[in-house]
Amino acid sequence: MARVTVDGIQVEVANGSSVLQACEAAGKEIPRFCYHERLSIAGNCRMCLVEVEKAPKPVASCGYPVMDGMVVKTDTAVVRKARRAVMEFLLINHPLDCPICDQGGECDLQDQAYSYGADHSRYAENKRAVKDKYLGPLVKTVMTRCIQCTRCVRFATEVAGVPELGATSRGENMEIGTYVEKALTSELSGNLIDICPVGALTSKPYAFMARPWELKRSDSIDVMDAVGTNISIHARGAEVLRILPRTNDEVNEEWMADKGRFSFDGFRRRRLDQPWVRAHGKLQPARWQDAFVAIAHGLQGVHGDRIGAIAGDLCDAESMVALRDLMVSLGSPNLDCRQDGARYDTTRREFYTFNTSIAGIEESDALLLVGCDPRHEAPVLNARIRKRYLAGRYPIGVIGHPTADLTYGAEIIGDRPAALTGLLEGGLAFAEVLKSAKRPMIVVGQAALARDDGAAVLAACWKLAESVGALADDWHGFNVLHHAASRVAALDIGFLPGRGGRSVAGMMSGGVDVLWLLGADEFHPARIGPDTFVIYQGHHGDAGASRADVILPGATYAEKPGTYVNTEGRVQRAFQAIMPPGEAKEDWRIIRAFSEVIGMTLPYDNLDAVRARLTEVNPVFGVQGLPRFGSGDRSGPAGDVAALGNAAFAPGIGDYYLTNAISRASPTMQECSRVYTQPVVQAAE
Amino acid sequence: MSTAETLADSASETLPDALREEIRLLGQHEAHPRAACIEALQRVQREFRWVSDAHLREVAGLLGMSAADLDGVATYFNLIFRRPVGRRVLLLCDSVSCWLMGRERLEAHLSARLGIRPGQTTPDGDVTLLPTVCLGHCDHAPALMLGDALHGDVDTQKLDAILEAAG
Repeated sequence: MARVTVDGIQVEVANGSSVLQACEAAGKEIPRFCYHERLSIAGNCRMCLVEVEKAPKPVASCGYPVMDGMVVKTDTAVVRKARRAVMEFLLINHPLDCPICDQGGECDLQDQAYSYGADHSRYAENKRAVKDKYLGPLVKTVMTRCIQCTRCVRFATEVAGVPELGATSRGENMEIGTYVEKALTSELSGNLIDICPVGALTSKPYAFMARPWELKRSDSIDVMDAVGTNISIHARGAEVLRILPRTNDEVNEEWMADKGRFSFDGFRRRRLDQPWVRAHGKLQPARWQDAFVAIAHGLQGVHGDRIGAIAGDLCDAESMVALRDLMVSLGSPNLDCRQDGARYDTTRREFYTFNTSIAGIEESDALLLVGCDPRHEAPVLNARIRKRYLAGRYPIGVIGHPTADLTYGAEIIGDRPAALTGLLEGGLAFAEVLKSAKRPMIVVGQAALARDDGAAVLAACWKLAESVGALADDWHGFNVLHHAASRVAALDIGFLPGRGGRSVAGMMSGGVDVLWLLGADEFHPARIGPDTFVIYQGHHGDAGASRADVILPGATYAEKPGTYVNTEGRVQRAFQAIMPPGEAKEDWRIIRAFSEVIGMTLPYDNLDAVRARLTEVNPVFGVQGLPRFGSGDRSGPAGDVAALGNAAFAPGIGDYYLTNAISRASPTMQECSRVYTQPVVQAAE
Repeated sequence: MSTAETLADSASETLPDALREEIRLLGQHEAHPRAACIEALQRVQREFRWVSDAHLREVAGLLGMSAADLDGVATYFNLIFRRPVGRRVLLLCDSVSCWLMGRERLEAHLSARLGIRPGQTTPDGDVTLLPTVCLGHCDHAPALMLGDALHGDVDTQKLDAILEAAG
């Protein structure tokens, strides 16, 4: 530890910290543009100048290491004068077009110019102009505003792992750009907008939409994947205008994936905003009461075991527990949340969660990915793996479909379960790598579980984890990576076939007479038998709604308060940001209202009561945060390792940008899909 | 054939194997292979006179850098040419001493004689005229470099002699 005095305040900081960190520890705010705590230090903006006693001139605090006994002054005449001079230089070529700039109101340069800017410019010469660059359909560029802090270059190279951005030329001619004019191929590109301290990189869909002070901010949870990214939904009136990440070091740090950030324009398209009832083969608009009566009619005389319910990938826990309770009162054991047919063992929670925890990735020292593509299934989690990879000495093995670049070096071990057997028997070299690691991690993806031998794969992975020492009293290296936001909550609630109940496959082809789809769109509706009476409750007119006999309009995650459990098993709450459109309602209330129609009233009529019910069903819903744990019971999940099949693992999710009803309805995501996932002929360079 | 076409003929060729190997060894010699990037670019330039996009990408791959990163280095230095140049590059100093001693006259003379402005190459691909920062030869200003040779106290007569001698 080093003792440093900052403006008379004594602080102790770790050796090797920067002066800037010491100043922050003392509660002093240091202006900065190029410094970002999650990126490497560049030291090129010079805004963070402070005075250090015995140093002959002001020093850039971001890159200056502390020494014991150092005396720092952050607010002297010299410091102020130096910062003013730096600001004057920065503003020489800055266009000062704040009135037409989208960063206005939340611009670091603007804010700091209030403290250090001059009231007029001494620069009478022509300002430099820079040609704008094309960075894809999400990030808008106005490169004349760039102050060359290189945060974007460092973000793309270090965090996103796509070293496509660079700074060319020198001095006044320096420009940021992609080496070849093309869209930035990253699922994290939206973070460039947050990280740019000026208006050079702004959001294309949000361009000229609003000023930050007009927006109402609501804390929420991203449901586009199962990472549980903490987000803030910014809305004006009834419209969501943008979504930004919130900082949570245990989950997403301060990053966010593009699908979560930009798919919200799907909220206003293809929406189900009133109930529909099918009459004479055609869906007709209806009133709520008529829709409920139609369902009650459809249920009449149907035995409980001929009724089924499927929960989709975006559901909140509240609606799922309500639907489960309704199904139980109807006497139905046919519940399922596994639209992809994944095999889980839910006898213990550690068999289906990401037990190492996302922050725990940084402590691991070897990684095996089985049937998963974290870059596309959980981009933010993938950034954490990359962070660990960059720290060095991190062997990564992949068993699965050899997909595109994961953004880090990984050894492809095999593409089928035989590789697991090879590791278990020690026939493969990577077995030794895992064994010699102190804290190895094994991550099993949905592509490994959604197959006939899924249970065997799960059991084999557990067995491998046990044999390589990934299960210890203080370390749990067995992980399941989900990509459906609702999945872990559904498994916690027990939204699974009861005794003698049918799974998703069993409910298809007339397996049940009445089928309640709670936002379930991820299977082909033609698989449902022609005589099955289908109720679709959800927010978008997607696959499920097209087949429905009755449509109950529900709310998207932004339009209702909800509880979500991420792949780690972390229970998180989202607040309502906007009202559902038209007659659409909060989902658990719809189910509660319907239960009254058929005289099986569910015993809760406010949000607190539903949440109390959740905790009653599974105490994990009452747990705040996620305590780290080692593994206790070493006995593995059900599944016979000998039953491993020979089929190669399928690729993970198909098109990253179009994985659910909201993103499929989003024009921005459709454009991304067109630009990024469809092969384009590269123009000659 | 335009000047550009005359000059850019070798741009799309891949680097010869010997040169690739040499660059790889340069990288191996350093603790971080990227430390050898300037020397590698110079080697490419000695072979091809300039560094084309294709060659830049190849060198980046050999040294474990991204092309964008290496382009940042290449464009930083004046004497790494990212556009085609002629067989001979004439660097005319434009610092203050040379300016005082009449470098403008030399430039006008060159432009008249060769028919090109600074930054251009003669149509036959022979000479590229570039301004340069101080050559450190102020005591013999005005100064210029033709290829690797430094010339001081240049006047129009001497300039003609230099061009003819080297031509």
